Amino acid sequence: MKSLIIKVLLIAASLWLIWFLHNNLSSYRLSMIINIGIFAILALSYNLINGVAGQFSLEPNGFVAIGAYMTAIFIIPMDTKLDMYALTDPAPIILQMQANFPIALLAGGLASAFIAFMLSVPVFRVRGDYLAIVTLGFGFIIRIFAMNSPSYTNGAMGLNDIPDFADFRWVGSIVIITFMVMIHIIYSKYGRAMKALRDDEDAAIAMGVNTFKIKTFAFMTSAFFEGIGGGLLASFLTTITPDQFTFLLTFYLLIIIVLGGLGSMTGTLVAAIVIGFGLEELRFLDSEMVIFGFETDAHPGMRMVIFSVLLIITMLFARRGLFGDKELSEFFKRKQS
Amino acid sequence: MSSALLKIHNITMQFGGVTAIDSLSFSVKEGEIYGLIGPNGAGKTTIFNIITGNYQPTEGNVNFENEIITGTKPNIVVQKGIARTFQNIRLFKSMSVLDNILIGFHNQTHYTYLEAIFRLPRYFGHEKRIRAEAMAILDEFNLTKYANHKATDLSYGNQRKVEIARAVATKPSLLLLDEPAAGMNPIETADLSNIIHKIKRDFNLTILLIEHDMKFVNHMCDLVTVLDYGEKIFEGKPADAIVDEKVITAYLGDFTHA
Repeated sequence: MKSLIIKVLLIAASLWLIWFLHNNLSSYRLSMIINIGIFAILALSYNLINGVAGQFSLEPNGFVAIGAYMTAIFIIPMDTKLDMYALTDPAPIILQMQANFPIALLAGGLASAFIAFMLSVPVFRVRGDYLAIVTLGFGFIIRIFAMNSPSYTNGAMGLNDIPDFADFRWVGSIVIITFMVMIHIIYSKYGRAMKALRDDEDAAIAMGVNTFKIKTFAFMTSAFFEGIGGGLLASFLTTITPDQFTFLLTFYLLIIIVLGGLGSMTGTLVAAIVIGFGLEELRFLDSEMVIFGFETDAHPGMRMVIFSVLLIITMLFARRGLFGDKELSEFFKRKQS
Repeated sequence: MSSALLKIHNITMQFGGVTAIDSLSFSVKEGEIYGLIGPNGAGKTTIFNIITGNYQPTEGNVNFENEIITGTKPNIVVQKGIARTFQNIRLFKSMSVLDNILIGFHNQTHYTYLEAIFRLPRYFGHEKRIRAEAMAILDEFNLTKYANHKATDLSYGNQRKVEIARAVATKPSLLLLDEPAAGMNPIETADLSNIIHKIKRDFNLTILLIEHDMKFVNHMCDLVTVLDYGEKIFEGKPADAIVDEKVITAYLGDFTHA
């Protein structure tokens, strides 16, 4: 009962904070935290399959692309579509797909989850490094499909004029929902089974856990929220092209979850914020500087060098990420006992 | 009491050209503690892997509670009532002792994935029940005070106990123990044999165990089968096994040519 009250209060406080920030920040700051929020959603869901269930997969760019295209196609008005598809006429079904924003997001998530379900049979026949290669291939396939089916995705030109619905209230609320869902999964028999199969898959099977089913659940949940995150990303950027969904996107998410700690959702949130702010706030490094009275030239890209060095130092001191595989609340529990 | 719970019928297991087990048969009656002994590489663990469904035998079948279970998937075999421990301890390293035990309750916890996500009443009901049951099992093993410790922080002897407790949590009727006393000192071994007797009585178990420690086997087992190179060379009471010539030869080598 006590924990329920705390939970409700925390959610209320977060919602208040989201509305407060939405009303009081400059549009530059807002777009910055929207970006952070979207990547937090993507990283949280990626951490479920990669960190909690320990299935080293490299496919989120594929699922994000599916969600982004689905949502975009649903929310772009019909006459805009007729103008936009330049290479060929849009497929009739594309014109028929019309929905409001929440439905479109949900459709993106469900489409991703469905593809994940179809994929799980071939993908989970392999473990470890092989799994990484197979899922990496899937990411490529989705991008190449987006490139080469102009009647659905408008090919390399991508989709633009996507209505901008994704304000911070949407993104922030979905961050909360994603976080809650992940925490609820972790502290249930399914989360325990995911951790068990990460630690020792054969022992988990020997305890009667159907590991294939558990992996598929983790994979589908992960894909669902990656799809929704993709939808938000599409609406936030208002333009999407296949080139946005390369392996670099996956790599960026991987950095977030490794820094936060594989298996720690609170760690992922913190890492998403640290990396998001870090990349923005270090922008001054790209321009001319005065160091100890010496004027230096502008070195575009210096920001990334310094940022990488900081990341390396962090990982040297916190080898298992900022939070390891624990949630924030577990640090307090440990002290009591 | 007298019906055979587990019947190993004419099992042959070949890996490539190597015959690991050669037409082996034995049966374990309900309520027995049955020992499987033999030198390293005799095929003892292979038998365990066949019973639990990890290996498909080349020939023969395994009959459990009058049902042929060869070819059943390992996670289904557990649900039928056969639980096992491993030769080298295989706990879930990042998890607490209590969480390790809770994994054993996986198939006795009946709420769906969506019920867990939305925290519906069935989630709370089942979680409360299995936590109470898990604590009761920990109590049986004198591990209550370690419930919130990380499993790998425990001593070797206690880790063994957690592994057995985890297997007991699946509510088996047959418990397979793979070298439970390996690497333990005499005090820990004595403690372990007391606990095994206790859980056998309290949870109504039949136990099939692999062991090298003959003193332990002598003390624990009602019957033993001795394996050597995949063949049965002795079956009977443990006291008779240690004086049997073939068994001595298998363990110590053949002295007649010396």
